[in-house]
Amino acid sequence: MDKAHIKYTLSWATLALMIVILIVVMTMFDIIGPYGLTTIVLIGINLIAAIGLNLIIGMSGQFSLGHAGFMAIGAYATALIVTAVPTIFGFIMSLFVGAMLSGIVALIVGIPTLRLRGDYLAIATLGVSEIIRILIMNFKFTHGPAGIFAIPSFVNWPLVFGMAVLTIIVVVNLVRSPTGRAIIAVRDNEIAAESLGINTTKYKVIAFVLGAVLAALAGGLRASFIQSVSPQDFTFMQSITILIIVVLGGIGSISGTVVTAIALGILDVILQNFGSLRMVIYAVVLIVVMLFRPQGLFGRSEFSLKKMLFDSGGNHDKDHSKGA
Amino acid sequence: MTKTILKAHELRVEFGGVTAVDKVTIEAHENELIGLIGPNGAGKTTLFNLLTGVYKPTSGDVFIDNHDQLSPINQLSPYKRAQLGIARTFQNIRLFKSRTVIENVLIAMTAANKSYPIQAILRTPKFYQNEAQNRQKAMSLLEIFGMTQVADELANTLPYGQQRRLEIVRALATTPKILFLDEPAAGMNPQETAELTDLIKQIQVQFKMTIVLIEHDMKLVMAVSERLYVLEYGKVLATGTPKDIQNNPAVIKAYLGEEG
Repeated sequence: MDKAHIKYTLSWATLALMIVILIVVMTMFDIIGPYGLTTIVLIGINLIAAIGLNLIIGMSGQFSLGHAGFMAIGAYATALIVTAVPTIFGFIMSLFVGAMLSGIVALIVGIPTLRLRGDYLAIATLGVSEIIRILIMNFKFTHGPAGIFAIPSFVNWPLVFGMAVLTIIVVVNLVRSPTGRAIIAVRDNEIAAESLGINTTKYKVIAFVLGAVLAALAGGLRASFIQSVSPQDFTFMQSITILIIVVLGGIGSISGTVVTAIALGILDVILQNFGSLRMVIYAVVLIVVMLFRPQGLFGRSEFSLKKMLFDSGGNHDKDHSKGA
Repeated sequence: MTKTILKAHELRVEFGGVTAVDKVTIEAHENELIGLIGPNGAGKTTLFNLLTGVYKPTSGDVFIDNHDQLSPINQLSPYKRAQLGIARTFQNIRLFKSRTVIENVLIAMTAANKSYPIQAILRTPKFYQNEAQNRQKAMSLLEIFGMTQVADELANTLPYGQQRRLEIVRALATTPKILFLDEPAAGMNPQETAELTDLIKQIQVQFKMTIVLIEHDMKLVMAVSERLYVLEYGKVLATGTPKDIQNNPAVIKAYLGEEG
């Protein structure tokens, strides 16, 4: 690792640290109360799920409407395991189990369905998600439609913040690697990618499975934080909520997803004061953004610290050659 | 006798009663430049698609040289055939438009280079080392074709002739044994076509590669091809050197119609 990489990594780390300090200071001065911290946690959880979905929709170009199903798998894994083993170890185990389980289901479902394209894939993944939900509703061990209550909570904002940062690092590093390039190649032109020896199914499945794993992680964190799960939490509308973040931020832009997840989370808090007008204003905001930025807030471009801090005019050419 | 790189034996494909390619037997030798010509709808691109695996033949076999032995590849999908050394370009350009020129080349190198996602996620020194190596390889390839200045441009911002050129460079980045060019001069002006003629010759010499070329521009085909196959109604009408073909009465009839 040469100096430029270290400098670059450090500048991102500084940014993350600054946000942490900002939150801590704001809590100390009571600018952020307990309600504010709850919002931060929920934003972080949505962010993790949305980055997973953006990997599937934005990077690999596969339109999935089944994200809620994978979140449900993670949520129920955590709910059941943490209730049985109410320790931090049990909680960490439960996140692992949920992620693994979700990944396996995504693998089994993905191999046949990722042959489908566009709307057909969307319908198929929606079906899978509904099947998962209805199974949960009818199993005894998941406590049917009532769900599971009084789940011990191990989630606080630093944990979720750390997980969100980790998610961003993993996904961005993967996207900017040969694997990520292959995934994007399949999105841009599947026939050309195949003619170059790229196993298109393999790369679609990688993106789909990783997206599902992140969804399960988000689901697990959510279950332990809210301390209850029920099948109604994971309907079609949950998939849409996450989808809105991805579309609004820009399909294929991780920065867009991050900014939108935060913005929509804050908007939601502000709109609490408007009572029943809340959903109307929310919808109007969505419509206005889509009218003026149909490609999403960020399009496909990314926020770049490198360009802001280190790019002094002439060395723009080198920018691409250091894909950190 | 030179080594056979690719062989198709009595290849035939039907699309709902229409026989698009009918018992075509062709052979391509090492470092040979073969032209594939014929009137529109003769089945040239269909034959390419059969050889590269986009279509599966109704009957017949395709073989490729694999460690000095001809092995059948009928059942293999396009990406596996590509890994065995078949590369192609497309009649309508198929670049990765949202990616830069160098990324287009890097993507083509994915299959040949083992990469480990874990190394990428952890950004290990090994990852940076591999990336630097790959970029260097891609750059030197771009340099041969005079495209280093545009390496960081987005592929879809290139002029048409350059896009065609990039598609060829990208195909070469897979280090193929045989390269299929599907109408590389389509839509080019005479100047660009002349450059392309030089380029194709250069590739054959510099990369010691077998090239199969579909082209309607007869000046180009006759200038570069060592051997020609003429297709008509899905059948091989004639084969031979450009000179033989130019004087072949059956070919003249297929192209110009009969006198009388």
